[in-house]
Amino acid sequence: MSPGADMYREQILDHYKRPRNHGKLEDPTFTHTGENPVCGDKITIDVELEDDVISSIAFRGDGCAISQASASLLSQELIGMDLDDVEELDRDDVTDLLGVDISPMRIKCAVLAEKIVQDGAKIYEGELDIEHTTTE
Amino acid sequence: MGIQSAAPLDVEAIREEFPILEREVAAETPLVYLDNAATTQTPRPVLDAMDRYYREYNANVHRGLHTLSQEASVAYEDAHDRLAAFVGASGGREELLFTKNTTESLNLVAQAHGLNELGPDDAIVTTEMEHHSSLVTWQQVARRTGAEVRYIGFTDEGYLDMTDAEELIDEDAAVVSVVHVSNTFGTVNPVARLGELAHEQDALFVVDGAQAVPNMPVDVEAIDADCYAFSGHKMAGPTGIGCLYGKRQVLAEMEPFLYGGEMIRSVSFEESSWNDLPWKYEAGTPPIAEGIGLAAAADYIDDIGREQIERHEDWLVEYALDRLAELDGITIHGPRDPADRAGLVAFTMDDIHAHDIAEITNAHGVAIRAGHHCTQPLHERLGIAATSRASFYCYNTRGEIDVLIEALLDTQELFS
Ligand SMILES: Cc1ncc(COP(=O)(O)O)c(C=O)c1O
Repeated sequence: MSPGADMYREQILDHYKRPRNHGKLEDPTFTHTGENPVCGDKITIDVELEDDVISSIAFRGDGCAISQASASLLSQELIGMDLDDVEELDRDDVTDLLGVDISPMRIKCAVLAEKIVQDGAKIYEGELDIEHTTTE
Repeated sequence: MGIQSAAPLDVEAIREEFPILEREVAAETPLVYLDNAATTQTPRPVLDAMDRYYREYNANVHRGLHTLSQEASVAYEDAHDRLAAFVGASGGREELLFTKNTTESLNLVAQAHGLNELGPDDAIVTTEMEHHSSLVTWQQVARRTGAEVRYIGFTDEGYLDMTDAEELIDEDAAVVSVVHVSNTFGTVNPVARLGELAHEQDALFVVDGAQAVPNMPVDVEAIDADCYAFSGHKMAGPTGIGCLYGKRQVLAEMEPFLYGGEMIRSVSFEESSWNDLPWKYEAGTPPIAEGIGLAAAADYIDDIGREQIERHEDWLVEYALDRLAELDGITIHGPRDPADRAGLVAFTMDDIHAHDIAEITNAHGVAIRAGHHCTQPLHERLGIAATSRASFYCYNTRGEIDVLIEALLDTQELFS
């Protein structure tokens, strides 16, 4: 099998079928939405902060398995992380989390959730002024 | 092998002409190429024709007096006649010009005619199943000229709504631009009838033939198209070349679209005059090797026969529709009747994103397309972000469709 099928290891399919931290928060500190026009993936993420540390997170949306599983995996990783560390995340952190090689065409699906949280945090801190995040 | 598996074409012999079909995409995973609506593979005679040009008579055209330039000019100019004949244009090269692709051909008409001739009282009538190459282009013309764009709708089964067409093509219609074969539904549209409606209103009738010319006999005069666009790379030819057929009078009247060398007759500091047809539309050094390669592709396709190719694709589509229908949770888009479609099938599967499907089929060696296929508004109308599409050509087999079905079953199992 080529890397293509490998991308769909059990962990990814598990998170796609049973996403963690899926839904909405009652009282989020900030909410941000983003899209990946390549696949039509769309995700909205609610984040609640305590002293600039992520205390809870919830996401919802739809799209391909890679984008949704990444959001689920990342949401687990983000709880307890402070915003400075969130800003430091890069695409390797996401692919490490996914634990598989992502084909070049799909990397935008994989990093969508990460980019949404990072942009959402920047908007919250007043460093960025955009409505939506896109991966293009 | 039973009677039903007898292919209309001698596929084995055909496949020998396409070296790429021998490759494996991964160890022990032979390529199953089902993305022919995006681009077709290139047979040896086309590769050889281009190779011979570069090895034996590579030179610029039209202006050289030396032997190589004369040979190149004759071959390149003759290629226009060949392609004109291929689509039934009796005017030969004067009615057939080379562009980069269908997109450029449509942009040429939109710029040369649309921007110059249209105004706020005019309507451009097109369809909801246009490819972006036409849809986006006419949208821009409308924006710049104040003209209105009207879209002929489609039925649930992916047929054009002809009642809608009759209403929308009224006395305001100045341009009617329609896709001959939908690259998403596969529907073969009634272009001759649409041409009648257009001409009753004296509208310019433009047809996007990108998915028609490779797969079925096309006669631009029977359709009575004023302009007809198609691409080389979808008809066993090279990339970087497309065609625009235009009625002689239409091409004579339109302004050039690109200016520069080769397209002029004479130039002074004050003004310039234009070269004869079709050269007036071919500014700068043209795609010479590609033109020669495309003529070879036309020969290659006619040797097989377009009726035969069409019959072969119908035979494949019929089988693909049957086999796909066996899958749970599948929706097949477009006409049910294989006779009403060209050789492509777009589908969606419940709860599995098209890109996930394409990625997993690729692991089985199967190349299909996933996405909106440059018909985003059509997908929006269907309420889906993306579809998967398998599309066939003369070298495909029913066995390859079986491999696709296996891959789809595997996808469903992974996602169950
Ligand atoms: C119906 C249709 N029109 C236009 C095009 C554009 O062709 P090209 O990309 O060669 O310009 C395509 C191909 O993608 C098509 O399927």
